[in-house]
Amino acid sequence: MSTDFDAIVVGAGPAGSCAAIVLARSGKRVALIERGPFAGSKNMYGGVVYPRILDELIPNWWEEAPIQRWVTRRSTMLLTDTQALTIDFRSQNWGAPPYNGATAYRPDFDAWLADHAVAAGAVLVTSTTVTGLIRHTNGAVTGVHTDRPDGDLTAPIVIACDGVNSFLAKEAGLYPDVDADNYTLGVKETISLPKETIDERFAVTDREGVDIEILGGTNGVNGGGFVYTQLDTVAVGVVLKLSKLAAQKTRPEQILANLKAHPAIAPLIKGGEIKEYSAHVIPEAGYEMMPKLTADGLMVAGDAAAMCLAAGIWLEGVNFAMASGMYAGEAAVEAIKSGNCNASGLAGYRKRLENTFVLQDHKKLRHAPHLVLSDRVQHLYPQMVANLVERMFTVDNPKPKPGIRRILKQERKRAGVKLSDLARDGWTGFRSFG
Amino acid sequence: MSQQQISFEERMAHSEFRVHERAHIVVDGKVCAECSTTECVTACPANLFVPTAAGGIVFNYEQCFECGTCYLVCNKEGAISWSYPEGGHGIVFQRT
Repeated sequence: MSTDFDAIVVGAGPAGSCAAIVLARSGKRVALIERGPFAGSKNMYGGVVYPRILDELIPNWWEEAPIQRWVTRRSTMLLTDTQALTIDFRSQNWGAPPYNGATAYRPDFDAWLADHAVAAGAVLVTSTTVTGLIRHTNGAVTGVHTDRPDGDLTAPIVIACDGVNSFLAKEAGLYPDVDADNYTLGVKETISLPKETIDERFAVTDREGVDIEILGGTNGVNGGGFVYTQLDTVAVGVVLKLSKLAAQKTRPEQILANLKAHPAIAPLIKGGEIKEYSAHVIPEAGYEMMPKLTADGLMVAGDAAAMCLAAGIWLEGVNFAMASGMYAGEAAVEAIKSGNCNASGLAGYRKRLENTFVLQDHKKLRHAPHLVLSDRVQHLYPQMVANLVERMFTVDNPKPKPGIRRILKQERKRAGVKLSDLARDGWTGFRSFG
Repeated sequence: MSQQQISFEERMAHSEFRVHERAHIVVDGKVCAECSTTECVTACPANLFVPTAAGGIVFNYEQCFECGTCYLVCNKEGAISWSYPEGGHGIVFQRT
């Protein structure tokens, strides 16, 4: 049967573009369909990308990628209403090739990756929404319907990189059920400030940048916050568990406004002007919510497959999207060569994910998202730890210094933390992160 | 508590929306009239769902971030039908 393309990739985000790059470089006819007017126009994230997975596809990517700043300072901050405890790490090694994390605007970064797909020979079709799957009578996916006139496109393989809401994965029945508990909402303000002001306030120079991850400060809604530096903007945002947000009756922009007003955050952004307000849903539960990854003629990658890693101390997603897209592309090339584009012919996709960080990290950290968003980690432990540190460093002479073990016991009791829960959470954390 | 409150209109004024004439969100007012929890009213980051004095919900789709929060938090089967806007329309995040 003759088809319009060898493969159709839906969504020109990091997963879709990497899939298209691999396919096009193997000489396959590949369509990359994007519903926005340009690649990246629908995409928003917390703010840090870890691009090392690109070493294979785009050697020396750092010389051309539209990066704002290289993250050389990484802080983990614990907030209560009146306290802040920060673990701050700086490494100049992260400010030189091959770098580590970087801040970038997604409309810039994603458009740059899509350009590479086009350069490799992929056909990028923008301003086109895929409205459904075309399926053979035997159920196999054989193409997509789009909202263009005569917009049906056929191919033996469709790779759905259509984002967190993936209507294609749902249509194919790969998501058994959709539970709001598995998702968080991220809202963010991008705030303009002069570069020199950002450099001074965040203690960085040149292209060095800062990534601050925050536990607490979200008005009692389970989630977290973040502050990232771009060249002449600072991004401040909160990530909120959907089910808790809806129940709490405080609107997301109000929670964000309260974080911005916190004494530990307000001075960082003082005088800045809002440049953009944006929002996006995150597939927070990771491995525990992942859909089936393949069907006959279909693979799912990136956020569409819940590849986002929200594991508290590690918050990544674009790298998992790029890798899953790349491996889906490789599996597609393999399947086309073998002439078997059914789920069995596409089995190389899952195999590649399992043999690499993509599913190995997700499997190992499968309990981490739940632990990090649990009520105890969210509401009890931060207060307990902050109070403990405050008492350690409060000099209230003429009293002598209290023993740390004693105040730990007192503060644990005051916070209402049971030893058995602490032990259980500690064990879960140790198994995940250790 | 916040030191520099801005109005919601000003917050949204910086985002570009290429509005299509077809609404990509459809709300069934009859279902919403029976809803007392109105999760969408609280959670939608673009504040698109507004309760009316009569106990219903008015909504607009024009300034939608297309995030999906509304249908994910909604507890009422069939209340919110949600699809992506026509290609080339809807939210366009900023490039440098």
